[in-house]
Amino acid sequence: MKTILGLQKPLGGEIITGEGIKQKDIGYLPQQTDVQRDFPASVWEIVLSGCQGERGLKPFYSKENKELARSNMERMDIVSLEKRCYRELSGGQQQRVLLARALCAAKKMILLDEPVAGLDPKVTAEMYSLIEALNKSDGITVIMISHDLEAALRYANKILHIGNEIFFGSKDEYIKSSTAFTTLKGGDAE
Amino acid sequence: MTQLADKLAYLQYPFVQNALIVGVLIALCSSLLGVTLVLKRFSFIGDGLSHVAFGAMAIAAVLQLTDDMPLVLVITVFSAVLLLRTGQNAKIKGDAAVAMISVGALAIGYLLMNIFAKSSNLSGDVCTTLFGSTSILTLKKSEVVICIILSALVIAAFIFFYNKIFAVTFDENFATATGVKAKAYNLLIAVIVAVIIVLAMNLVGSLLISALVIFPALSAMRVFKSFRSVTICSAVLSVVCALSGIIISVIAGTPVGSTIVAVDIVSFAAFALAGAISGGKK
Repeated sequence: MKTILGLQKPLGGEIITGEGIKQKDIGYLPQQTDVQRDFPASVWEIVLSGCQGERGLKPFYSKENKELARSNMERMDIVSLEKRCYRELSGGQQQRVLLARALCAAKKMILLDEPVAGLDPKVTAEMYSLIEALNKSDGITVIMISHDLEAALRYANKILHIGNEIFFGSKDEYIKSSTAFTTLKGGDAE
Repeated sequence: MTQLADKLAYLQYPFVQNALIVGVLIALCSSLLGVTLVLKRFSFIGDGLSHVAFGAMAIAAVLQLTDDMPLVLVITVFSAVLLLRTGQNAKIKGDAAVAMISVGALAIGYLLMNIFAKSSNLSGDVCTTLFGSTSILTLKKSEVVICIILSALVIAAFIFFYNKIFAVTFDENFATATGVKAKAYNLLIAVIVAVIIVLAMNLVGSLLISALVIFPALSAMRVFKSFRSVTICSAVLSVVCALSGIIISVIAGTPVGSTIVAVDIVSFAAFALAGAISGGKK
């Protein structure tokens, strides 16, 4: 995961991206850090910061950046929270803010690291349907790291299972394979 | 009343005006970066670096350099880069590294000054360097000019890189992943902090610099909710505190550095109260 994002050098081999996907085209929804929990920043500032990657050395955001941020906030249904302080939001709202930020950076692909960790079941379901909509209607590739095996089986079309046995293939193959039955806990989904 | 008027007449003297100009600029610069440092959990870096600067000043004194600024600046910038770079995955963790360098430099600095002391009033010299005492009122013209130039550079860099500093402070991993050169900006932050520290040594002395860096930011964070408003508030607050601190110290004859910090503490208490009241309303 970190290697795909360029945060870490590959342990071996190299990363090959097809169809002209560049590093910059990948959005990232990280797990929350301690620093962020009490960070004084408005939702608008955070979402807009997703555009920073393509700014290069230019100091300020362009009109297009702001429009993109606005439209991603509409997609995530957080426009009403625009002026609110990030640290005062609920866990689910914070995740949607970070997802909107990731979408500002993502053009083709988005990586989610445990997007529903610590969320209650209702918010988890909302989060999953948001992510599914991104994949189905906007055609964005979604890579998700998850311990939620059930949800992975419901939404994913390819699964990479990392554990004692390593499996990679389509969902149907995964269900038929022995890996799914021998491991009831823990699974990574793509 | 006439006594007060007499005291206020001090403000006409050029050395007091110089002190006010330098004080305002340093307060402004230090508060700008303070927000980032507090949020990055680097509050103590100001303290550590200022002790390094103290050590560097001691070396400069031993070498009998007439102008110690360049040497002090180079050593401090170097230490800042070292500290912020090794912050994440060093064998010695960030806070321990800061503590180590900070006390180490302090001890070596004092030791050097003691062994090679030329001055008869050693403890007075040390006290001046540590607490700033009156050195701001004895600024030379060249020091004022250097201070103005460096502050202008710091402020310009901060405005130019404001959005990037925000992105890197809020989420370094995300910034790196989407193509922001987070490491380079961390380096830039380190250099700017070091410059501010060296500047601020003149104003409040090396023991009290941390206060100048963190108090305005912490006060602003009690009340304001967005990064921009926190930054602006902390800058304004810092300038107001520095100005009133200097004026009070001139009138009352108290040490400049500790007076400014005392004003900062009072303002923090006021902001904390305001934050609690407005927070309780919701």
